[in-house]
Amino acid sequence: MIVTTNLTKTYGSAVVVNDVSLKLPRGGVTSIIGSNGAGKSTLLALASRLLPATSGSVTIDGLDVTTTPGDMLARRLSILRQDNHIAARLTIRDLVAFGRYPHSKGRMTADDEKMVSDAIRYLGLEALSDRFLDEISGGQRQRAFVAMVLAQDTDYVLLDEPLNNLDMKHAVSMMKLIRRIADELSKTFVLVLHDINFASIYSDHIVAMREGTVVRQGTPREIVRSDVLNQIFGIDIAIHEIDGHRIGLYYV
Amino acid sequence: MLPLALGIAVVLILAITSLFVGVSDVSLGSLLASGWNDGPMQVLLVSRVPRTLALILAGTAMAVSGTLMQMLARNRFAEPSTVGTVEAAKLGFLAVLVVAPGASVPVKLVVASGFALASTAIFLRILRQLPIHATLIVPLIGILLGGVINAIATFIAYRFDLMQSLASWSTGDFSMILEGRYELLWIGLALTVLAYVMADRFTVAGMGRDFTVNLGLDYRAVVSLGLIIVSIVTAVIVVTVGMIPFLGLVVPNLVSLTLGDNVRRTVPWVALVGAGLVLACDIAGRIVNYPYEIPIGTMLGVVGSGLFLYLLLRKNARLA
Repeated sequence: MIVTTNLTKTYGSAVVVNDVSLKLPRGGVTSIIGSNGAGKSTLLALASRLLPATSGSVTIDGLDVTTTPGDMLARRLSILRQDNHIAARLTIRDLVAFGRYPHSKGRMTADDEKMVSDAIRYLGLEALSDRFLDEISGGQRQRAFVAMVLAQDTDYVLLDEPLNNLDMKHAVSMMKLIRRIADELSKTFVLVLHDINFASIYSDHIVAMREGTVVRQGTPREIVRSDVLNQIFGIDIAIHEIDGHRIGLYYV
Repeated sequence: MLPLALGIAVVLILAITSLFVGVSDVSLGSLLASGWNDGPMQVLLVSRVPRTLALILAGTAMAVSGTLMQMLARNRFAEPSTVGTVEAAKLGFLAVLVVAPGASVPVKLVVASGFALASTAIFLRILRQLPIHATLIVPLIGILLGGVINAIATFIAYRFDLMQSLASWSTGDFSMILEGRYELLWIGLALTVLAYVMADRFTVAGMGRDFTVNLGLDYRAVVSLGLIIVSIVTAVIVVTVGMIPFLGLVVPNLVSLTLGDNVRRTVPWVALVGAGLVLACDIAGRIVNYPYEIPIGTMLGVVGSGLFLYLLLRKNARLA
């Protein structure tokens, strides 16, 4: 379980995350939704010790993220931020293999190699695995980053906008993959998503943020409703039930 | 493995050539015709062997330092002479000469490495304020910083009549290398080996702070280790043979072109190409204007800038 207690992050006088106390249960897919600047990405960065909190605390299965040794946390929790820029020329296989670093410390066993190959295959990158990161498209790069995080094989996987740069086909297969891994390997995913319909269809739990605070949380059925979405995003979104899925129509 | 063996063979051939090129007549014939204590054997042992070892050690260490600096700064143009490390090391040696002229060699080295470390840490701190995409700004800031430090060093050297020392540190030259005057460079080799042992950490650091933390490494610790290695190597090279321009810039970039930036894979090649290039330039410097010598700083300035232009102007250049 990920528990945040009175978590706050400020930059000068700007409060980005404001007194967030949240319990995210183990297992399943949790999506964090909200407008730009609502504090979603910052919350994820705080939870994964990439940013120090101004006040408050985060624990992962009872371990405080600021005091637990980094390599121990790296075997329980992985994080992929949005807008990753790697200047180093690494092949996809090299990159994904570094996902095993917390386990292998650079000495790859046969098991490690297998996990790397599996992760590359899950994301459909076999044919590209020897290409350098600067020779592939943005969407392929995004899939390579996700493959790296999956190779890390942690109980908790935090992904900030995993659908960044992906076309429709790859966005859907990414969400299906996340769902499948969560179900079959009982891992816990926490995603920041912009498309409420992906959140609606693929999540077990939705957390809605606005101006640095959590305004609502619940099942997709509880959150994906016109009145609730209006409170979160400040626009009118008509909700239609199609094939048992609640779909918001926000284009018009 | 085979290409690497070929590379080693080429460096060995260059090293053997280096033993037999020079004004004094040293050849297999003259060695066999004379005794152990005669001229040719003494020239070989006191001058040629140390010079050749110095070339290999300095070339290897300087090129690998370039690789490390590029990973730490996450920029292809970073190397000790473009980020102010060389200038700071010179200022450090100068400071010792002025304040404590009688200081022992280890003390001088520690002070100069300390200056180099402080300056490079300041440089990385400035970098953190810049967007990662500002590729070309990075070396500009580094050269600027180096220029400022160099100005201070020149002023002090001028005041204390130490311009000659400053000049000897600024221009790489192996012609003065004799037995007993190059052994510090073995420290460089030890640090190069350390860099190889720690290679994965430096590759991870090259992915940036977020990836490093995610993979459970202490980013500050990795960067500090890298900076310490680069600073000591730079100080050692500056004081024994003088600055070797372009090496740390051109060699890692050439290797990266074909092998990428996985430090574990590139370090052996960077070391080999670094040693080979320095050997070749030094041998050429001895031959071109025979019986006089052209210092390696000048030779590499010409060859290195040519290679650098190639890297910049080739098709699909991705440096910037």
